[in-house]
Amino acid sequence: MFIVEMQSITKRFGDLIANDHVNFQLKKGEVHALLGENGAGKTTLMRILYGLYHPDSGVIKVKDQPVVIHSPKDAIQLGIGMVTQHFALVPPLTVAENVVLGYQNSFVLNQTQIEESVAKAAQRFGLEINPKAIVRHLSVGQRQRVEILKALYRNAEILILDEPTAVLIPQEVEALFETLNLLKQEGLSVIFISHKLHEVTQITDRVTVLRDGKVVGTVNTADVTQKELAAMMVGRETFGVSRPDATESAQKPALELVNLCANDDKHLPVLKNVSLTVYEGEILGIAGVGGNGQKELAETICGVRQPTAGKIVVEGQDVTGKSPSELTRAGLGRIPEDRHEGMVVHLTVTENLVLEHLDEFTRKGMLDHKAIRQYADDLIRKFQIKARPNDITRTLSGGNMQKVLLARVLARQPKVIIAPQPTRGLDIGATDYVRQQLLEQRQRGAAILLISEDLDEILALSDRIAVIYEGEIVGTLPASEATPERLGLLMSGAVKEH
Amino acid sequence: MEAKRFPYQLIKTDTPPFWMRPLIPVLILLTTFLITAGLILTARANPFQAYYYFLISPLSSQVSFLEVLVKATPLMLTGVAVTFAFATGYYNIGAEGQLYAGAIAAAWLGIVLGGLPPLIALPLMIIGGFLAGMAWALIPALLKVRLAVDEVVTTLLMNSIMAYIVSAILNGPWRDPTSGWPQSPEIAESTMFFKLIPRSRLHFGFIVGLIAIAVLWFVLTQTSFGLKMRAVGLGKPAAQFAGISVGRTTLIAALISGGIAGIAGVSEVAGIQYHLIGDLSANYGYTGVIIATLGGLNAIGVFVASLFFGLIDTGAQTVSRAMGVPVYLGQVTQAVMLLVALGMYLLQRYRIVRRV
Repeated sequence: MFIVEMQSITKRFGDLIANDHVNFQLKKGEVHALLGENGAGKTTLMRILYGLYHPDSGVIKVKDQPVVIHSPKDAIQLGIGMVTQHFALVPPLTVAENVVLGYQNSFVLNQTQIEESVAKAAQRFGLEINPKAIVRHLSVGQRQRVEILKALYRNAEILILDEPTAVLIPQEVEALFETLNLLKQEGLSVIFISHKLHEVTQITDRVTVLRDGKVVGTVNTADVTQKELAAMMVGRETFGVSRPDATESAQKPALELVNLCANDDKHLPVLKNVSLTVYEGEILGIAGVGGNGQKELAETICGVRQPTAGKIVVEGQDVTGKSPSELTRAGLGRIPEDRHEGMVVHLTVTENLVLEHLDEFTRKGMLDHKAIRQYADDLIRKFQIKARPNDITRTLSGGNMQKVLLARVLARQPKVIIAPQPTRGLDIGATDYVRQQLLEQRQRGAAILLISEDLDEILALSDRIAVIYEGEIVGTLPASEATPERLGLLMSGAVKEH
Repeated sequence: MEAKRFPYQLIKTDTPPFWMRPLIPVLILLTTFLITAGLILTARANPFQAYYYFLISPLSSQVSFLEVLVKATPLMLTGVAVTFAFATGYYNIGAEGQLYAGAIAAAWLGIVLGGLPPLIALPLMIIGGFLAGMAWALIPALLKVRLAVDEVVTTLLMNSIMAYIVSAILNGPWRDPTSGWPQSPEIAESTMFFKLIPRSRLHFGFIVGLIAIAVLWFVLTQTSFGLKMRAVGLGKPAAQFAGISVGRTTLIAALISGGIAGIAGVSEVAGIQYHLIGDLSANYGYTGVIIATLGGLNAIGVFVASLFFGLIDTGAQTVSRAMGVPVYLGQVTQAVMLLVALGMYLLQRYRIVRRV
């Protein structure tokens, strides 16, 4: 009856119970969603099924046989395949070579033969892909198709997809869903990990909802509404933040980017004539599929990447090429994109809080420990950071780390705030907190540049939305006119609006 | 389908239990003993007796206890020197060469400053050695900061260059005119470090070492430059993001490191040998790397580690004299201890769990 049965699976990481007596059953030929917030235990459960983690207790049955899965190798032998968000492909090799890599054991590879067999498999599963293409030249959506083909080529009957749509534009999502329907008809079973309700209701047959490591319930998708699923997922009916209408400000520009250009780490142009203006009291959202220059844009404005041309103006003052500390003094609040690279995680919370403004806490070269301690105590209280001043930052949760960073930046009441991916990897409580803080800063009159790959976040917070594609701003529109479809077209590079 | 597996596995934990901390040094000593005991047996000696000479007997008489402090003196200085660099994430392996740079300066100043009273001559000797060590450290530091050339390679190679320079000087212009030995002329009496205790070898350099330890503690914990050093050492991108000049901080720390290593050279010339000689340093620069690492890159740790290594150095000679085993056993023990300690610090972050 069930092709996979996981019974009473428990997995602990230290004090955290990631999976608490989880039961999960997968029928043959269904698409089954694992729905839950970040940190609900979805990925942990699937990593156990794929042999990446070992459960502390519980039983796994595949085709009614109890099995012990030590490693992905065991899982593959049992017909289980997994596609994660981070693709395991070798970019300089062809599609066919990537598909057979580690599977074909013959010493000599017959190029034409493997290309033929990969083409045949691709055709059988309706995956449109050229086996001779070099993976480096493929789009993210195509690479994902290669990953799926890789699993199917290894005779997978059970396919685990971990947040497969996170990296795709809306149009690519449609293509993925067509593929999944086809696979279903071929008799494959698919586990679809997601926290996006509209996708789950669109593509799946059944849904298992996880919350805090426990199963809330398994339901037929047809029997529930999105609202009911949301309630199961978060344990409350409504969630999110509400954005008050924009205050009628004088429309004074606070941050201006004029024809900004920059190169990536390989010295190739990655930002192409980016011109943007962010006004006081507004949030300008930058939407785009990951890897289109967002990271470099934030780095360039934050002074850790040098622009090759163009100007950055903060409050009328040209700050192009200034050092990070000069930028901070000019009134720029810089939230780093990567929490682990934006803070020295091996230093204490207190030390990280003052790191940007050491000069203010230094008397004749010596640290004023008393003032530092007082400052840190204040911020920890004000920003509700759950940590002691002398805790090593590395030991904090992601949400609390982000609070430390927010405190460091926002305590200065900056005129301009750069917020790249400010809620990535945070749970819903911390996400709400961060968004609320950004909205409060906007009310205060700060100009905020929000860069996010999460379209829902962009739509929820922004007053205006600019779309970035291959390092170019391909369109800027007021939030009231932005629909996911219109943004999707812009994000795919298919159209430009100026 | 499944193969037999080892029934236990290591699981990473973030915080080792509190009772672990005091236990670790004991475990390090014990494991090192177990490993080196085999070697001592091959030298046809009783390991327990050998370890008695190693660790206990140097502490049992005043003469040998003072000798422990004498041996610890250059190690404190090179340990502090290396710590300055390592704490900033600059892996200066060149303390050995920088020490000799300081020693050359001391051998020269010891003659030119001959007429001055010690109160003026000694500070000038120390400053001269500091500047010389700093100058020798400048080249790899600039290469690192300006061109991102790996400092491990350059500082290490600079040691070989320095060894040849010393050899060239001693076989050429500075060969002792009276004895003909490859050693520089004796430095003036007024530039020699005075003895702390009469009729012992313990000299003013030990005080200099203690001051260096204190300076290290002060800089690392009390100054904003120390916090910048640690921020750069622990997370370069984050330090840069926060507005700290990574290049400047690295350069200054590298120069201080070289300077203090130079003082170690001054201390050996002016406190012990009174000449520049080819084997002035018994690898003190390299041992400084071990001491900085074992000392956990903090002042108290460096102090304890250098005393302990002074003890083993003294003990190795006692063992060798009393039991006829090679004096190299001391070095082997130090090396084994470093490896064991590094392993322990790594393993303390894991716990052993039975597989299910």
